[in-house]
Amino acid sequence: MKTQNSKLTSHFPQLTAYLLLLTTTYLFFFCSQASAADSCQECHRALEGARGKVVEEFSHDVHALRGLSCADCHGGDPKDPEMTAMDPQKGFRGPIVRSQIPQLCGSCHGDAAYMRRFNPNLPTDQYTKYLVSQHGKLLAQGDQKVAVCTSCHGAHGIRSKTDPLSPVFLTNAPKTCAKCHANAEYMKDYKIPTNQFTEYHRSVHGQALLERGDRAAPACHSCHGSHDAARPNMSAIGNICAQCHALSRDLFARSPHKSAHDRMGLPECEVCHGNHFIQKTSDAMLGTGNEAVCMQCHEAGSKGFQIAHAMKGSIEELKTSLSEAESVVLKAERIGMNVDEAKYDLGQAKNTLTQARAYIHSFSDQEVTSIAEKGKEMAHKAHEGGHQAIEAFQFRRKGYWISALIIFLLILGLVLKIRDLEKRDHR
Amino acid sequence: MKGPPLRDRFDSFFKTRYSLESFSKLFKKEVPLHKHTFWYYLGGTTLFLIFVQIATGILLLVYYRPTAEGAFESVKFIMTKVEFGWLIRSVHVWSANFAIFSAFVHLLSAFFLRAYRKPRELTWVTGCFLFFILLGFGFTGYLLPWNTLSFFATKVGTEITAKVPLIGGLLSKILRGGEEIGDATLARFFSVHVAVLPLLLFFILGIHLAMIQIQGMSWPPAMPEEKKNRSLRFFPNFFLRDLVVWLFIFGIALSLSVYLPAELGQKADPFQPTPAGIRPEWYFLFMFQTLKLFPSYVGPLEGEVVAIALIGLAALGLILVPFLDVWSKRERFSPFLILGILGLLYVISMTVVALMAPGR
Repeated sequence: MKTQNSKLTSHFPQLTAYLLLLTTTYLFFFCSQASAADSCQECHRALEGARGKVVEEFSHDVHALRGLSCADCHGGDPKDPEMTAMDPQKGFRGPIVRSQIPQLCGSCHGDAAYMRRFNPNLPTDQYTKYLVSQHGKLLAQGDQKVAVCTSCHGAHGIRSKTDPLSPVFLTNAPKTCAKCHANAEYMKDYKIPTNQFTEYHRSVHGQALLERGDRAAPACHSCHGSHDAARPNMSAIGNICAQCHALSRDLFARSPHKSAHDRMGLPECEVCHGNHFIQKTSDAMLGTGNEAVCMQCHEAGSKGFQIAHAMKGSIEELKTSLSEAESVVLKAERIGMNVDEAKYDLGQAKNTLTQARAYIHSFSDQEVTSIAEKGKEMAHKAHEGGHQAIEAFQFRRKGYWISALIIFLLILGLVLKIRDLEKRDHR
Repeated sequence: MKGPPLRDRFDSFFKTRYSLESFSKLFKKEVPLHKHTFWYYLGGTTLFLIFVQIATGILLLVYYRPTAEGAFESVKFIMTKVEFGWLIRSVHVWSANFAIFSAFVHLLSAFFLRAYRKPRELTWVTGCFLFFILLGFGFTGYLLPWNTLSFFATKVGTEITAKVPLIGGLLSKILRGGEEIGDATLARFFSVHVAVLPLLLFFILGIHLAMIQIQGMSWPPAMPEEKKNRSLRFFPNFFLRDLVVWLFIFGIALSLSVYLPAELGQKADPFQPTPAGIRPEWYFLFMFQTLKLFPSYVGPLEGEVVAIALIGLAALGLILVPFLDVWSKRERFSPFLILGILGLLYVISMTVVALMAPGR
């Protein structure tokens, strides 16, 4: 017994330490749980309608996922479980006034040092850009209908722009713009068209992005900007299209059309290709035909008319050469000949056609004709390759039948010889 | 001044220097004449096809480059640029298939006519080896064009080799020249195809033919003695008939080469995943299908290992047939006939099942 008591006494300091450790851990855990509780969410969860729904929306909000709370935007004391949590004395701001939303968002999103904590790659110029946007300018003038941050991104359920469920995800963005810009009733005070989305949807760009999900295709913001959204400046249109169509833009910039457009205040690419309803280009747009866009400005017999006619002629000649070469090469392939080289030449010729079509933007008949001539040479080479393959095929067939005849005659001769031999043996 | 005729002078030149009696026996050989004489043509046909292979193979060697970088391009060059290159390669491919088929039927006819019985046991054994060598030619030659199909079929083939009990891993490594199929594999397959196998083939073929010359051709055991009196001179009678068959076979190979020339396919890309439906050449299909029949495990052993061990045993059994078939001396019946029929049915049915499987 004495031994047991002495053992307990000897272990007393360790036991005390264990008890202290347990108590501290429990208190720490309990306190952190208490502080984690957000009284805003606790109360709003119990409410019906929009005021209750915000809690569910906020649960997947990109801000909530990074540890921000209601109080970071609305103020107040989320640790206070009573209604006093919404005391203005505690910084509570209540619902954010629409006109103050960009400023509020910008207070964090414009702070590079603060944003670095979450994502150092995120731009911090959205608010600055917004101020110079058409939306920002009108808001400054007191227009409460214009788009603010929440109009596009949402308020309590904001998702990253890379999230396919986000309204600003690339394939969703045009529909988000269309919410206002396609609403004739909503837009009637601004006196601007409301058919942009319908036209865009039917355009080559809209079909690529919205129907085929090709995220390389441009959406509204690709040309108009997003936070700094505005109607493009006339002189900026070429630069906007050049983001993707760089070669065409460069060729245009050094063509006689550039100075003419500048002089006349014409919107460069848009004159021939349109804006929202841009269609897939066709060779019919070139030349002097009824569908040719050149004829919009150039009169019959003028220098422009002659150049358009010459460029169209070169392109058509190349297309004819290509079509003839392709039919010969395909015929050779169909009969089982290896025409890899001819197909390569044909591919090169097709590339030249693409190049010649791009060089139309130089508006130089000499440049287009020079490229088309190279293409015709390649097409001719492919044609020759296909033709030789067909000739080789015919030679093989003829040679085969001659060989087959020789083999047959040899067999016949042998059979006769065997008969003769066996007759002699019998005798 | 008129001396003896040129032919006599020519004969006397050799006769005075060499003993030509044994050589002239070749021309005096007799071929048994009976209702199964047709099967005797198959040995000669296989030999003829082997010579076609040698001739076309030598021509292909002129342009072929045995490197992973150049193999496909060189075959493409042969098929598109070299005069009659397409014909030479196509005949080589078709003739290879015919040679294996012809050798297989020759083996079957020798089996069912029980030509392996005493005293021709070693003729049978060498014949089996020759058949395996032809299969080796097929396996190694298939990779040489270095196209997608041949590359992955060889990959699968060498993976199967790795399952051979005890020595599989080593065997697969030796075949591949490393862990993966690459330049080293192609170099090995090429040297085996054009040097090792031809040497082996000539050596064993020499023995095989010498034995036939020494022992003559076998009469079927079921034939009554009194009927074993009809025969045909090998030269020129049977040889001329042989020529007819060879010309006919060559004509078929030529027709197929013109109307169904050998395909080139796409160049092998080792970084691509194995395409669906990859399977070996038709003569390996029954083995490929056999591997599929086995479950993952048979007791403690891997199913594929058991299957390969059984195929190996069957091959060994085939070689040893003359020594195992103790009934072969009997005139009418041997249980090996039943075994042979069952084996043949198995090979045919497995090949058909594999051919009908969805894939290519």
